[in-house]
Amino acid sequence: MSTLLEVSGVSVSFDGFKAINNLSFQIADAELRAVIGPNGAGKTTFMDIITGKTKPDEGRVVYGDRGDSLLKMSESKIAQAGVGRKFQRPTVFEDQSVFDNLMMALKKTRGPLAVLFFKPSSEDEDKVAKLAAEIGLSGALHRKSGELSHGQKQWLEIGMLLAQDPRLLLVDEPAAGMTPAEREHTTDILREAAKTRAVVVVEHDMEFVRRLNCKVTVLHEGSVLAEGSLDHVTKNEQVIEVYLGR
Amino acid sequence: MSDVALGSARRPFALRFPSVLVFLAILSIFTVVVTVLSEGFGVGVISTSFVKTLGKTLCLCLVALAMDLVWGYCGILSLGHMAFFGLGGYAIGMWLMYARTEIIVLESLAAAELPPTPEEVSDGIATQIFGVVGASEFPPIWAFAHSLPLQLAAVVVVPGLLALVFGWLAFRSRVTGVYLSILTQAMTLALSLHLFQNDSGLRGNNGLSGLQNLPGLSDVPQSIVSMWFFWASALALGLGYILCAWVVSGKFGSVIRAIRDDEARVRFLGYPVEAFKLVIFTLTAVIAGIAGALYYPQAGIVNPAEIAPIASIYLAVWVAIGGRGRLYGAVIGAAFVSLLSTWFTGGQAPDINLGFYTIQWVDWWIVILGLSFVAVTLFAPKGIGGLVDVFIDRKSPDRHGADLGPDQGALREQEAEK
Amino acid sequence: MLRIAAFLVACLTWMTPASAQQADAPIQQLLQTHSEILLKSSRRTIGPAVDALANSGLPEAQTVLERWQNKEMWVDEDSGLFVYAEEVDRDTLRIFDFADGSEIGVVPDDGFDQLKPNSGIRGMIGTALVQFQLSDPDPANRATALDAIERGAEESHLAALRASIPTEQDEALLQRKMRLERLLTIRYGQTDAERIEAIQHFDGDLGVDVRAALNPLLAVRVEAAEALPEDPDIGRVLQPGSEALSRDDAYALLVSADLAQPRISRADKRAALVANIDGGQVAGVQVATLDTEAARDMAYAALAEQGVVEAVATEAEVDERVANHVFFERFIGAPPEVVVAAQLALASIENKVALNQAVDLSLDALSLASIYFLAAIGLAITFGVMGVINMAHGEFIMMGAYTGYVVQLFIPDYTLSILVAIPLAFMVTFGAGVTMERLVIRWLYHRPLETLLATFGISIALQQIAKNIFGTQARPLTAPGWLDGSLVINDIVSISYIRIAIFVLALLFLALFLFVMNRTRLGLEVRAVTQNPRMAASMGINPDKINMLTFGFGSGIAGIAGVAIGLYAKVTSEMGSDYIVQSFMTVVVGGVGNIWGTLLGATMVGFLQKGIEWLNPSNTLAAQTYMILFIILFIQFRPKGIIALKGRAAEA
Repeated sequence: MSTLLEVSGVSVSFDGFKAINNLSFQIADAELRAVIGPNGAGKTTFMDIITGKTKPDEGRVVYGDRGDSLLKMSESKIAQAGVGRKFQRPTVFEDQSVFDNLMMALKKTRGPLAVLFFKPSSEDEDKVAKLAAEIGLSGALHRKSGELSHGQKQWLEIGMLLAQDPRLLLVDEPAAGMTPAEREHTTDILREAAKTRAVVVVEHDMEFVRRLNCKVTVLHEGSVLAEGSLDHVTKNEQVIEVYLGR
Repeated sequence: MSDVALGSARRPFALRFPSVLVFLAILSIFTVVVTVLSEGFGVGVISTSFVKTLGKTLCLCLVALAMDLVWGYCGILSLGHMAFFGLGGYAIGMWLMYARTEIIVLESLAAAELPPTPEEVSDGIATQIFGVVGASEFPPIWAFAHSLPLQLAAVVVVPGLLALVFGWLAFRSRVTGVYLSILTQAMTLALSLHLFQNDSGLRGNNGLSGLQNLPGLSDVPQSIVSMWFFWASALALGLGYILCAWVVSGKFGSVIRAIRDDEARVRFLGYPVEAFKLVIFTLTAVIAGIAGALYYPQAGIVNPAEIAPIASIYLAVWVAIGGRGRLYGAVIGAAFVSLLSTWFTGGQAPDINLGFYTIQWVDWWIVILGLSFVAVTLFAPKGIGGLVDVFIDRKSPDRHGADLGPDQGALREQEAEK
Repeated sequence: MLRIAAFLVACLTWMTPASAQQADAPIQQLLQTHSEILLKSSRRTIGPAVDALANSGLPEAQTVLERWQNKEMWVDEDSGLFVYAEEVDRDTLRIFDFADGSEIGVVPDDGFDQLKPNSGIRGMIGTALVQFQLSDPDPANRATALDAIERGAEESHLAALRASIPTEQDEALLQRKMRLERLLTIRYGQTDAERIEAIQHFDGDLGVDVRAALNPLLAVRVEAAEALPEDPDIGRVLQPGSEALSRDDAYALLVSADLAQPRISRADKRAALVANIDGGQVAGVQVATLDTEAARDMAYAALAEQGVVEAVATEAEVDERVANHVFFERFIGAPPEVVVAAQLALASIENKVALNQAVDLSLDALSLASIYFLAAIGLAITFGVMGVINMAHGEFIMMGAYTGYVVQLFIPDYTLSILVAIPLAFMVTFGAGVTMERLVIRWLYHRPLETLLATFGISIALQQIAKNIFGTQARPLTAPGWLDGSLVINDIVSISYIRIAIFVLALLFLALFLFVMNRTRLGLEVRAVTQNPRMAASMGINPDKINMLTFGFGSGIAGIAGVAIGLYAKVTSEMGSDYIVQSFMTVVVGGVGNIWGTLLGATMVGFLQKGIEWLNPSNTLAAQTYMILFIILFIQFRPKGIIALKGRAAEA
């Protein structure tokens, strides 16, 4: 398994507060990884750095086969390079239909002129229909996504993420607001996705993480505290102190 | 299961958007009716000056379409589109003024003993045009004024280029929201201040005048010329509407509306947001320039006051009152408000005598316009176009403050973002 | 008859104490010497008489000149003696002897002729009198004499001035005299050495008079020659076609020096051709073909060959001639050594002038910055603290200014009216701000674009209402008398008191703002609501009330700024829109949410505008244009302003 993403020695501070402190992290192709940590551990900032939203003060972020630095790329370039992100809060375009949302996310040339003259082929529409079926929104394809329930929006966002066909998926609390059955379905989708690509899941819910059954990275105060299987890290004294215990 | 719905994206464009057909039908009927009633080609119920007013209104509708595209669809509240409109007017005005003055100068020189030399002609034209600002030589920007094709190109190129450069600067440094509005306002102010100077080469605050007279066609009465421009304006509006509808209908429309609603999210989908904004900003600037090039020959004069920021603010007012985010809303707003404005400020509205004070509409109309604008913003964000929703009973979700979900309590989306 | 009468009068005069007149007194003799030209009283010839009097060394000469200048000198028609006289009534004179000032008697004026020097002569007399006044016992008279010299110096003043210096007691007057002596030496000094010495005294002197004395020394005449002469009085060499000497001017110089043939203007050439049209031809060329300048040149040349018109230079000849000559400046104001000294002195003066101009410009910029700061501080509060864009802010400034105007209609005393107007303007705009917040803004929190639009609507309406009430013409807001005038530091640096007052006001507001925000309960609550409204609400703070008060506070400050700006500029319904863009620029450039940023922003915008105006002084419109362009570019590099917040707080 080759390394897909390597974050090394990254630090970022906001007005003197070190949100990320000398963080290093690696993930391989087709790997599923859970990132846990207490509030303020820097999980969101970590994702912001990878996706280009925040520029770190120091450190390297290297991605892909050619080892490109993500630090010099804009958010959209990073996304085009195959890094997909699902936000904590479902952010779908509520004014537009589920179909439009998925069609927008579908992996295609992203330039303005290509988009202007884009006409969806029947293959594209089939893909959208397939995705909709996978996330259980077949019946709602032409409803405005703003009319969906919270859980459906989560699904839609996951669907959009899959439509992008990314090599690296960053998923922030995917299971919030879902019923137990839906959570199970989410775990299935993520595990399925991780067979062909790298998936990083940030989650609070230990049950959910346990069900993912993967390597776990614990963040604390902006750096990696422990790494290993869930059982391994939950036995770690420090982890118990800062996160589980107290 | 939903094959019918899925196939809908591949049906003919006009069928998917019946509003385009309805609009084009109304516009055609309107044009025919005005033609029949006009002085130039019909029974003469509508005076030539009112034909000009209607023609100008059509141009304003076109620039309102552009404004709706950039603001209503893409979320960029530009306070610079009337500047692009004015630039279009200046570009065509330069040719109109040059060509007409050239004819006059040639006529006067033809009577002289010697045939005129090119230098004499050029000096004569320059003295005629720039006498008011105390100059007698052509500034460099008039280099192409003799050529109609080049000045027609300038109608498109000058506003487009300005929008491209300004937009590139502004968007690449991620200036958004109100910052961008203020920046566009500053650009507009700078441009109008520049044109106010006598040495700007465009006759300072005198502006360009006499544009209603077409060079070489002085024999054609204004009643006919006004109809030509009316038809041209109607055609431009129709084509502009089709273009805008086409732009917003497909995936491009999806993306720009998504940019309006959540720019950052669109970036994470991999779309180069800045490039999209730049395309829309420049495209609409070009549309505005074309609208201006059709408007000012009907108005007869273009001067820097037309470019002042307040004009662009009024443009935003029209679109807001008409209903932004829908093309027909912009057209309705521009037509409704500008015609009403003409009626009130033209002194046609009867004064109201309150005994102690006489309300003169010429003075108070602006106050009412300003306050109704506030009222529309507060109480009817969908504007007049929102009435259409009531008729066809279409409901859209309130994007502002939707629930976040069970684990976020009673928080509303906008607050949680903070 | 007349003769008899004259004789009788003469007898009468003879018999009256007129016999006491000292016909042989030196002064009278002097006057008699010049009697002819005195009586002729012509400006062209009077010179020697005035000089003789002035240089006579006689103590009475001053009296003579003064009386003469005042048209009080009369001449006895018979004896030809000069006296001075007071008119008792229309026909009677009381005459006095010049020699000792004694009264001779009261006589009818028939036998006397009044000398009526015209204004030119009176001026010459005045100049001559200066030397006497310079040593006058009364210091006020001496000062007057110095004033007279400063206004119109003459060569003769120099000697007089020098003569009066050793006896001068008054220290201030002595200083003035010495300075004036040096200035006159520069102009009229006999030897180059003394002129140079006087020039060197003025190194770095800022007085306008010094520059006025030095500049004529550097006067030049542009000349042309085949080769550059080796003379020491040659200044710059000028390139034809440059800024200093256009090609046309260079050639005109050659023509006037008879070094080249004259040229002919297009119009003259055309006229010459027209005059020689002969049967549709000019010199054998068809008229119809004369539609280019080249064709006309050829036709003209043909005419010249026929000898009908004078030959003129062609463009090629012009070029050749101009290229074959050197053009240079020759100093004609003074000998070369003096010129060199003057150049040195002027250079040192100009350095100092530039420095002082920079100081003056900085003061101007500072006062402009304080105006922008005043205009922007209210905006910074509503925009920065609350995140609310108030496009009607400019109209609040206008409301404040009109409040001041209305107050002055009722309270005529300017000092009192300003003191009343400031709090009243605050109250009026505070009220307007609170009303607006309650009715409009609070429904639109967190929807900045819609707030922008709604406040635009209010701005349009308020502006038109003001126009309807007060009309379109500018209304005065008069500053109290004690704010008139300027604080003058030297000939270059000065600043008006009103600008100082506005500067002080700006400082006061900065202090007030800092005090309110950092030291009061209100400020604490405002900061709490700004950072986290929900948390603040749960701590018992009413965010609604705080927002309302903050908005009112910001608007109130705009009102006071309006009074200040009204004093400085005119009050019109459009004054708000004149300041709104600059105010926003100030806030945006400075960085939102930080009062120090606003201060820096105002300083930058103010200095920038003044700096650009200095580079292009004739055109304030261009200055504003360039400033806005600069700011647009500045925002490229610091999109969040000079003082930018980072991290999560910045994304809020």
